Amino acid sequence: MADTDKQALLQFLLRMGDNTLILGHRVSEWCGHAPVLEEDIALANTALDLIGQTQMWLDYAAEVQGEGKSADDLAFLRDAWDFRNVLLVELPNGDFGQTLMRQFLFDAWASIMLGRLQSSRDERVREIAEKASKEVAYHVERSADTVVGLGDGTEESHARMQAALDYLYPYVGELFESDAVDAAMAEAGIAPDPANLRAEYDALVGRVLADATLQVPEGAFVHRGGRDGAMHTEHLGHLLCTMQWLQRAYPGCQW
Amino acid sequence: MTHPSVEQVWDWLGEVPDPEIPVITLTDLGIIRDVAWQDDTLVVTVTPTYSGCPATSLINFEIDRALREKGVENIELKRQLSPAWTTDWLTEEGRAKLEEYGIAPPQPAGGPERCPRCGGTDLEKLSQFGSTPCKAQWRCRECLEPFDYFKCI
Repeated sequence: MADTDKQALLQFLLRMGDNTLILGHRVSEWCGHAPVLEEDIALANTALDLIGQTQMWLDYAAEVQGEGKSADDLAFLRDAWDFRNVLLVELPNGDFGQTLMRQFLFDAWASIMLGRLQSSRDERVREIAEKASKEVAYHVERSADTVVGLGDGTEESHARMQAALDYLYPYVGELFESDAVDAAMAEAGIAPDPANLRAEYDALVGRVLADATLQVPEGAFVHRGGRDGAMHTEHLGHLLCTMQWLQRAYPGCQW
Repeated sequence: MTHPSVEQVWDWLGEVPDPEIPVITLTDLGIIRDVAWQDDTLVVTVTPTYSGCPATSLINFEIDRALREKGVENIELKRQLSPAWTTDWLTEEGRAKLEEYGIAPPQPAGGPERCPRCGGTDLEKLSQFGSTPCKAQWRCRECLEPFDYFKCI
């Protein structure tokens, strides 16, 4: 594989793996704090699936990188500017409604993306997508149901879900941005151009938000800078402080 | 040197319980995809149930231990992602054991067929997730008992 192709594939895999890693960590922050036991268990299970998917993406990323690193090295020993996740997933949890709204906005994208990746020309990407999409189909069913339940719920829950949507929606656009990495992936038949997923995404999200009696915010402003590492939010560094603490304090420490 | 036959190895693996749901075995669960000798190395191909299931590493450890106890020395565990594990691979025997244990077996309809305790059919879903990634929580409206349902994937 030519070096430029290898670099593009590595960036693509980091984007996929960092999205699930950072979101998985965020969701795990709810463990022991959710409003009811069933939701606590559901959030912990979702986080677990996401971390499992991270393992598959970052294992492959480390192999492609070819510097003898492991998925754990990539997760625990990179600093904020090396992460390639979209800003959406690093945002703080907010209340339960905001967490589930963020989950739905991500799950909807992930379910469509993983569906496309199942016809990737890269066998490994195809296999990971096949495995992960079964889990994500389950996630999106639950997060969509919860968004509808809370959106079309009480006056209080409706107001909170609308506020969550208004806050999070400007971060959605970054999921569909295209750059040279995406062009190289599309050219090689490894991954779709993210921009091509938007119509399907808008249809799915629009349907669920309509059922939830929520208004899609107007305005085309997009917060960006995560997936190319140009500028993360201030929240990512704080998240990494917690997530990476053990390996930073005790380098090489093993379970 | 003579190796134990592949059939013999399958029988041994059929005695290894799942660490989370010990009433069923690894072969009941359908996660052992292949057993083969490559020269003097026994290659066992295993597929994960859920990508983040914490039992996965324990399962590998249990396979390794069980085969070593039988005198197999060179063991290679291969992870296979595709085709992705499906609950269709649960054996009939495994499904029956699950139900007897109090876990409703997976159904293509996406929910349990009947309460594993009283056989009641008036059921409600409590949560899409349960105590392990592979289960959801349901309740029987007839006997009022909550129970685990093995998710169909």
